[in-house]
Amino acid sequence: MQTTSDEALIGRIAAGDKLAMQVLFARHHVRVYRFVLRLMGDPSRAEDLISEVFLDVWRQADRFEARSQVSTWLLAIARYKALSALRKRPDEELDDETAGAIEDPGDDPEVAMQKKDTSVVLRECLKKLSAEHREIIDLVYYHEKSVEEVARIVGVPENTVKTRMFYARKRLGELLKAAGVERGWP
Amino acid sequence: MNMIKNKVSEREEIEALLPWHAAGTLSRREAQKVEQALASDAELAIQYETVRQDLVETIGLNESLGAPSARAMQRLMADIEADVSTARRVRSSFNLGEWLSDRLSSFSPRTLAWSATAAALAIVLQAGLLAGMFVNDRQGGPFITASAPMEQTVKPGTDALISFAPTATAGEITKLLQTYKMAIVEGPTGEMYTVRLAVTGIPKEELAKVIKQLQDEKAVRFVGQKSAE
Repeated sequence: MQTTSDEALIGRIAAGDKLAMQVLFARHHVRVYRFVLRLMGDPSRAEDLISEVFLDVWRQADRFEARSQVSTWLLAIARYKALSALRKRPDEELDDETAGAIEDPGDDPEVAMQKKDTSVVLRECLKKLSAEHREIIDLVYYHEKSVEEVARIVGVPENTVKTRMFYARKRLGELLKAAGVERGWP
Repeated sequence: MNMIKNKVSEREEIEALLPWHAAGTLSRREAQKVEQALASDAELAIQYETVRQDLVETIGLNESLGAPSARAMQRLMADIEADVSTARRVRSSFNLGEWLSDRLSSFSPRTLAWSATAAALAIVLQAGLLAGMFVNDRQGGPFITASAPMEQTVKPGTDALISFAPTATAGEITKLLQTYKMAIVEGPTGEMYTVRLAVTGIPKEELAKVIKQLQDEKAVRFVGQKSAE
């Protein structure tokens, strides 16, 4: 069975096809939601925001130039909206630098280590990474984005993408080491 | 010395690409380069193993986040519906600028020359009317602020509220206005325009007759007498 490509769906959406919009939503909304949720940490707000992301797609479909994948475009819109929403929070007026430096307050990896489960420790350490590092790791490993696509979503040069990913991995290694997991690198 | 430096930077480059190699998002050429390096560099191979673990757990973590409820789709479709209705209303509203632009683009250069002459004449006439209004206002008219509603400057007459059929073309609307000697004096408010049927008040029976005739016109969706304010 051959499925309609995302690009073809965008073409139909630009012509006002609501069914095509539903298909595109069904195809991508879970991943977009998870990406936003990892950035915002609030399921209810993440849910509201994905409706806005896809509404933007509905309104701007005729401007999509297919220079990147549709999923890359969706994540770029989602990221922009999530960061804008975070900036609007009265109790969390963060600039990029501050937002990037904050680590997610997950369970203590050392507590997880006591359960002797490396997999659990690793996940806890992933949660404890800064927003900037979490974002790049998610984009590369979970959303399967190439260097070029990550650069497009995050809005930084490709070399910065590679460097940022390297430091994210290094930081993850340090967190694991602190939790008692020695992996031989870094 | 230079060769050693090149080797180091090449290794760093390969090291930086490991996550993308694990995710399978490198080009074929880059993937081959990484594969070759992994085969000959044990330390790099250990590092690659940690990358693969990170990838597996990142996927696991994201998959454990669940999915949004059906409310997200419902809200989106409701928003789209509202968007479509607004767009439809805007499209069905008579847009003088768009109409003029469409008409002008379809005319031949000769017609355009005549149109330009007619437009110039209209401007002269309009200037005369404005001058007349200005003089009248100066001769005892009330003081009007810039933000005051337009109605204050329009002389009393018989007005009606009208909305045009979505299928009505600009040509049909223009013809209708000419036939009934009407002028749009306000709007649109939503889809409704205020049209002036006569500069003075007209008898009730005659007004009802005109409204009835207008109701039967194909280009009209709704018409009714405008209540006196």
